[in-house]
Amino acid sequence: MANLKDAGHLFRMAAVFVVGIVLFLVLRGIFVPRSFGQYGHYRGAALAEIASKPIMFAGHGTCESCHIDVQEVKSKGVHARVACESCHGPLAKHADDPTALQPPKLDVAVLCVRCHEANLAKPKAFPQVVSAEHSGGVVCDTCHKPHSPRIADADTASAENPSGDSK
Amino acid sequence: MNITRRRLLYLLPAAAIAWDSLIAGAPEAAPNYNMTDHWWGLLMDITKCIGCGTCVQACQAENNVPDGYFRTWVERYHVADWSIENPIVDSPDGGKHGFPPLETEGGKSFYVPKMCNHCADSPCTQVCPVGATFVSPDGVVLVDQKYCLGCRYCIQACPYGCRFLNPETNTASKCTLCYHRINKGLTTACCETCPTGTRQLVDLKNPNDPVHKFIETHSVQVLKPHLATQAKVFYYGLDGSVR
Amino acid sequence: MNGIPVEGFMYPNEIELQWSVLIVLYPFLTGLVAGAFILASLERVFRVEAVKPTYRLALLTALAFLLVAPLPLQLHLGHPERSLEMYLTPHTSSAMAMFGFVYLWYLMAVLVVEIWLDYRRDIVILSQTTTGLKRVFYKVLTLGSSNISDEALAIDHKTGWIITIIGIPSAFLLHGYVGFIFGSVKANPWWSSPLMPVVFLFSAIVSGIATVMLVYMFLCRARGEQIDMRCVDTVAKYLFYAFLIDFTLELLDLIHRIYEADESFRSLDFMVHTKLYLPHIVIQILLGTLTPIILLAITQVVRLSEVKRRLIYALAGCLTLVGIFAMRWNVVIGGQLFSKSFLGYTTYKLRLIDREGLLVAIVLTVLPFFILWALIKLLPPWEDVQGSHLETAYGDD
Repeated sequence: MANLKDAGHLFRMAAVFVVGIVLFLVLRGIFVPRSFGQYGHYRGAALAEIASKPIMFAGHGTCESCHIDVQEVKSKGVHARVACESCHGPLAKHADDPTALQPPKLDVAVLCVRCHEANLAKPKAFPQVVSAEHSGGVVCDTCHKPHSPRIADADTASAENPSGDSK
Repeated sequence: MNITRRRLLYLLPAAAIAWDSLIAGAPEAAPNYNMTDHWWGLLMDITKCIGCGTCVQACQAENNVPDGYFRTWVERYHVADWSIENPIVDSPDGGKHGFPPLETEGGKSFYVPKMCNHCADSPCTQVCPVGATFVSPDGVVLVDQKYCLGCRYCIQACPYGCRFLNPETNTASKCTLCYHRINKGLTTACCETCPTGTRQLVDLKNPNDPVHKFIETHSVQVLKPHLATQAKVFYYGLDGSVR
Repeated sequence: MNGIPVEGFMYPNEIELQWSVLIVLYPFLTGLVAGAFILASLERVFRVEAVKPTYRLALLTALAFLLVAPLPLQLHLGHPERSLEMYLTPHTSSAMAMFGFVYLWYLMAVLVVEIWLDYRRDIVILSQTTTGLKRVFYKVLTLGSSNISDEALAIDHKTGWIITIIGIPSAFLLHGYVGFIFGSVKANPWWSSPLMPVVFLFSAIVSGIATVMLVYMFLCRARGEQIDMRCVDTVAKYLFYAFLIDFTLELLDLIHRIYEADESFRSLDFMVHTKLYLPHIVIQILLGTLTPIILLAITQVVRLSEVKRRLIYALAGCLTLVGIFAMRWNVVIGGQLFSKSFLGYTTYKLRLIDREGLLVAIVLTVLPFFILWALIKLLPPWEDVQGSHLETAYGDD
């Protein structure tokens, strides 16, 4: 018959396990972040941390609040729905302090073809041209004003630029 | 300065209030933003996408995405004839600088922007061993950069390939739906800069959101619906060949 | 991207593999643990007397490999310093998190306890007969109790038997869980299968038995001892049976895939015939499964001399280990070589010198054998300590 005296070593072993479990619980109390479990199985404070990252694009609403004249022209043209920063790049820093950061000059030749270079995969109705054949080397904004690119009077365009295409 | 008893009487409560706001941690995202009022998603109108890659560049600029990794990218599909099970797909550098001319004529071809689908029943958050990735109360799947172990189980579990390991932080990273923008009344960087209106943020808890109304009244799809992830990025005009 | 060659189309973030050779090594090592333990339990619970000479050796082998198993994981993590989080805030829906506890349970409550109970008499004697640092070591292991009376040892024997009973499903859980970590990923059709935990388990049993058999034969040779043929014949027999079950399961998975031919099939089929041809068809199936099975089958039906049998067992054992490693490789690496769009394939760039490189993998594979050597020195599995543990009073329960 099993004698408790002879099972002493088993109790010692059990004690080691109990100590281990207690140690684990202590570690848990120390190291689990305070906000863990606040909204779910994650660190609640992470939400605010992620939400407070710096903003790089100001948003067209902000641009329009200062650049009213450009907005006037643009809202009447075919680029009305194209956001300012779509072409001008991230300018939240400029919006925060307009004189401190001047928006960089845009490379028109590269910028326009990004959208308007002809490609079979683009929707058929989207205005696209084969840039190499379209303007005979003339840069886009010679004929097309970026804020209102449609050339309203085709005859005028042809007169000013004999090789120009009308749209 | 001599601290008199009276001074201390004024100082202590002031110190207590200051201490309170100190240990409260970072200030809440935006004072008027209540997470439970929103359930974010996105609508992609495939019929409008021109594959310009502006969204990919904007996302990289807004979120400091390392080169060679993508929080969003654009794919180009070419489907010859009726064979929607064999599309030819390419995505050169994620479509960041647009696409070269299409080689083959005939059939149909189109662009498909991809990103994290912010699944409501997200398989990636299910497998995270520590709770470093999660669905926020407003429906955005996020990664806690300070808690992530970099075990990459979530990257394996995402059916859409939208996650990657950021080599600078050695943690999992992906589209955050510009969480830092959307709770301040701004839209995401990709939606902001998309020139054709392909991408539009939607608040699925707001019945007056026009995009929400669109989703309710038009045929839309999600990617890999058979996996039942309850994806919240909806595609309008999506072809059956899209993977 | 990163100069990694891609065929067809891969989602841009899929091109670089996430889980490296270290993640191949991990299930291989834990598999050896489960398999070695199952072999040990054959003697303890199922009274297969013939394998008794391998009993203690199997337990020590299991311990050596279990101690090394977390190392490949630590080296793989982006932030190993945060790994304690898995125990502090485990996400209960994550198989990986819960596995941390299964591992801990198995290590502490099963393996360490069982070894301690079986060796306790030797430990106490050694704590009294050795000197210096060794004496301190053994004294600590005795937990302060030097009771090795017949009654105490009988209690140990009974308790050890219960632990082994608990240990068998624990070993099943240990490696079945690893299989489930892969098998539950619905995003990956190469992994997602209810068969995955079972296949992993049986291949683990096969590899564990093969390892113990090889280690036993090697050590006998090294010590100039006679190999107990009755023991090795029996171990080989169980290896054969386990292999048949393992092979059947893998064949079932294959037939099912080919027959149903779902959307992933063409892509996976192409991958197996091209990128995985060498590791899967040649190494895993032909060399690592069919050849050992045929070799072992021969020993079961044809009467061969001892020399010939030993040779076949050694060859079969080695091929088995290569085959099972290849199986892990084909699951882990293979599962990442194809695109989830089913339209393309990437390449695994295994570097030699890298935190997750080939050199590290080799070191981690060899390390358990060094630890095993140290364990054998400290806790001799053979009856060198005065009085054989085979001869003590406790008999049958």
